[in-house]
Parts: sequence; C-alpha cells; structure tokens
Amino acid sequence: MINIVWGIVFVLLAPVIGGLVAGIDRKITARMQGRVGPSILQPFYDVGKLFEKEQAVVNETQIFYAICYFIFMIFTGALFFASGDLLLVVFALTLAQIFLVLGAFSANSPYSYVGAERELLQIMAYEPMVIITAVGMYVATKSFNVGDIATTTVPIVLLLPGIFLGFLYVLTIKLRKSPFDISTSHHAHQEIVKGVTTEFSGPSLGLIEITHWYETIFLLGFVYLFFGFNPLIGVVAVIIVYLLEILIDNTNARVKWQLAVKSSWLIAIIVGVVNLAALYFLAGGVP
Amino acid sequence: MTYLAKSPWIIHYDASSCNGCDIEILACLTPMYDVERFGIINTGNPKHADIFVVTGSVNEQNREVILNIYNQMPDPKVAVAVGICATSGGVFRECYNVAGGIDKLIPVDVYVMGCAARPESIIDGIVTALGILEKKRSEGASAPVVTDHHMNKEHHKHAEGGVQ
Ligand code: SF4
Repeated sequence: MINIVWGIVFVLLAPVIGGLVAGIDRKITARMQGRVGPSILQPFYDVGKLFEKEQAVVNETQIFYAICYFIFMIFTGALFFASGDLLLVVFALTLAQIFLVLGAFSANSPYSYVGAERELLQIMAYEPMVIITAVGMYVATKSFNVGDIATTTVPIVLLLPGIFLGFLYVLTIKLRKSPFDISTSHHAHQEIVKGVTTEFSGPSLGLIEITHWYETIFLLGFVYLFFGFNPLIGVVAVIIVYLLEILIDNTNARVKWQLAVKSSWLIAIIVGVVNLAALYFLAGGVP
Repeated sequence: MTYLAKSPWIIHYDASSCNGCDIEILACLTPMYDVERFGIINTGNPKHADIFVVTGSVNEQNREVILNIYNQMPDPKVAVAVGICATSGGVFRECYNVAGGIDKLIPVDVYVMGCAARPESIIDGIVTALGILEKKRSEGASAPVVTDHHMNKEHHKHAEGGVQ
C-alpha cells in the first residue's frame, strides 16, 4: 500500500516547488499592491542568506525543536504522498506543529511566549475542521488511505461541498495568511514582533522557512484530494485555491484570536457536521 | 556566490528623530520606491535583521535601546545612520540632552546625508551597506558586543561644542 517512490519525490521536490510557490505568492502580492515585487527566487535567496548568518540562540534546545519541527513536517508530508493513513497524517501534522510551539516556549521571551500561545490557539482552531475533513473523506470513499482517496472515481468535492469550504477556511490559518496570521506571518507583516519565530535566527529560522514550504505543498496536496477523480480539474482547483488565498491575504486585516477560534469552530460545526450528517442520511443511515 | 546581498533585512529604529527621516524610510517601502524588489524587508525583530537603520541622534533615553538592538543582531551586520541627526546630531547637536551621532555609541558603516534624507539616498546607502555586509561575511568578522562606556559619566554626555 505504501508508495515509497512518491514519498521520496515529495522529500526531494517539495522544497523546490514550495519555494517557488512562496516566490510567486510574493510577486502576486506585490502586483496586487501596485508594486514591482521581488524576484520569484527571492525565498531561496532569503533562506540562503539565513544559512550564512550566525546561529544566535537563547538556548540549544531551541535548535533541537526546530529540527524536530522540520523532521516531523517532512514525515507528515512524506506519509501523505506515500499513500499513508490520513488520520495518522493529521496527527503527525499536529505533532510537528507542537514542536514549533515548544521551540518558542523554550526561549524565555515574552514575544516568543505570546506567539507560542497564539500558535496553540491556532492549532485548536483548525484541528476540528481538519479531523472532520479526514472523516468526511472516509465517509465518501470508505477508506482512510490517501492513495485510495486520491485515485477514487467518487467526486468527493460534490459529496463534501460544505467540508471543502470549511477546509478552505482553516487553510488560511494553516498557510499563515491574513486575516488569521495571528501567531506569525509572511512577508514583512509584523504581529507581536514575529510571534513564534521571534527568537529563532539564522540557520534555525531558515529551517523553519523550508519546513513551511514542505507544509504548503502538503496542504495543497490535501486540497487535491477533493478532486482526485479528475487530475486536471484537481491541479486547476489547487491553483485557484492558492490564488484565492493570496487574494484573501491582501484584502483582509488581521482579526483577533477570539474571532479566529470561534469562527473556525462555528464553521466546523455548521458546514462540517451538517455535511457529514447529510451524507449519512443520503446514504440511507449509518453505513 | 552569496545570498547576503540579495536578501538584506533591515530593522529601523527611531532614536529621537523628528520623524522626517522615518517617513522617508517608510516611503521607500511604498509602491513608488518598493525596496522589496531588491529583497529588502523591514523586519521588526533585531534577531532577523542584517542592517540596522537608525534615524535621529543619541540621547539619554535611547542609549540602552540602540545598544540592545545592535547587540542582539546576529553577525554579519552593519549599521546605517540615516539623516544628519544620526550622523552628527545635526541641528540638535547642541541641545542639552543630545550626545551626538549614532557613531558615539556603535560602529556605523554608512552615513546617509540629508535633512530629511531622500528615499533615493537611503536606498543608495543601503546598497552601499550591502557591499560592506558582504565584505564582513567573507572576512568572517564578528562585531564585538558594544557596551556603553559613557553611560554613567555625566561629563561625556554631550557632543563637543555642546553645552557642557
Ligand atoms: S536629519 Fe532632519 S529630518 Fe532627519 S531626523 Fe534629523 S532633523 Fe529630522
């Protein structure tokens, strides 16, 4: 069942594609703001630069946590692309995220603390919806196996329209885009200095940046699952979804964390649970 | 091949500036000048920054802050003094509370003239700083932790020619 080749392809290619996606993102963002914008290779320059800098840390454990975050994010993505179990993927994702929070907590700095607490709130905000998504995929395809879901002939997005919208809602949180970039954010945005990444500098910050590229590709893969029945529509949908996220990022101001948590839970309950319930009744009771 | 010159992140600190220079620095970020096309990002975090951009002059309130920011920046790093106040104290040089330019406190690598400094000259200053940054990197130079020797000495507080 496990498809090692795809896992290895992910590990090797995701940072390249992820970095390009980040570069295109910055370019489009700049154009939306009427600016010329940096080169689309800028994220690679940034990370290259970060690895040239001095490693200034508050304590050594910080680096350890950054590396754990990196490794577990790769594990999450590789498991996903190697047709692993979707639930296991979701839990591995949370674990990876927790390492980032621990890294931020390990530095004794108020900004880092606030960022870490906000990161925890974000995890709390998106987790229910992500799990409902995994369950929805199971109900639609009778399998938790990513490979089965991706190659199914069932048009999942038509069965799970509510869950799809709910997933897009929390995707904004996961991609650290406005209005939900409350723990840390991209580009030159600032929030409570730099949130969880405040105390990371040089190579460890570079590592976190690369981890984020992996995460982006993994999440876009997740979006693709909804369209597994037709690869062409799938790829187009993934591109449209990402462009939509950039548009949302540029047209919204950051909200308070209360609103982020409440609204994403509300969305999870309303569209997620209603969608699931509708699916059960349409299928003629519990399968 | 180095990436340092392609991705300079700056941290801007307003040390008793009249805000004239600050507004010009922010003007650099607007669509008109758009410094992000050179990869320049204005961070708010000394630990992420490569270039320390200071406007205004040193006084008793901001000594500690300037030192703190400078010492927290990871190597290699450069300091750019923007505006004549940051360079020498400018029109405020003789004020009772002004100690002089930023180089009274930290090693300054580039001085940007003007009152207020024009966005073009600020960008030029940053680009000059990139060359110095690159040189520091290739030499593997690490800036010493700067401490304030004058902090508690009354008679050293003022610029020369100022009210002693
Ligand atoms: S140089 Fe001129 S514009 Fe700049 S801070 Fe000093 S007085 Fe203000």
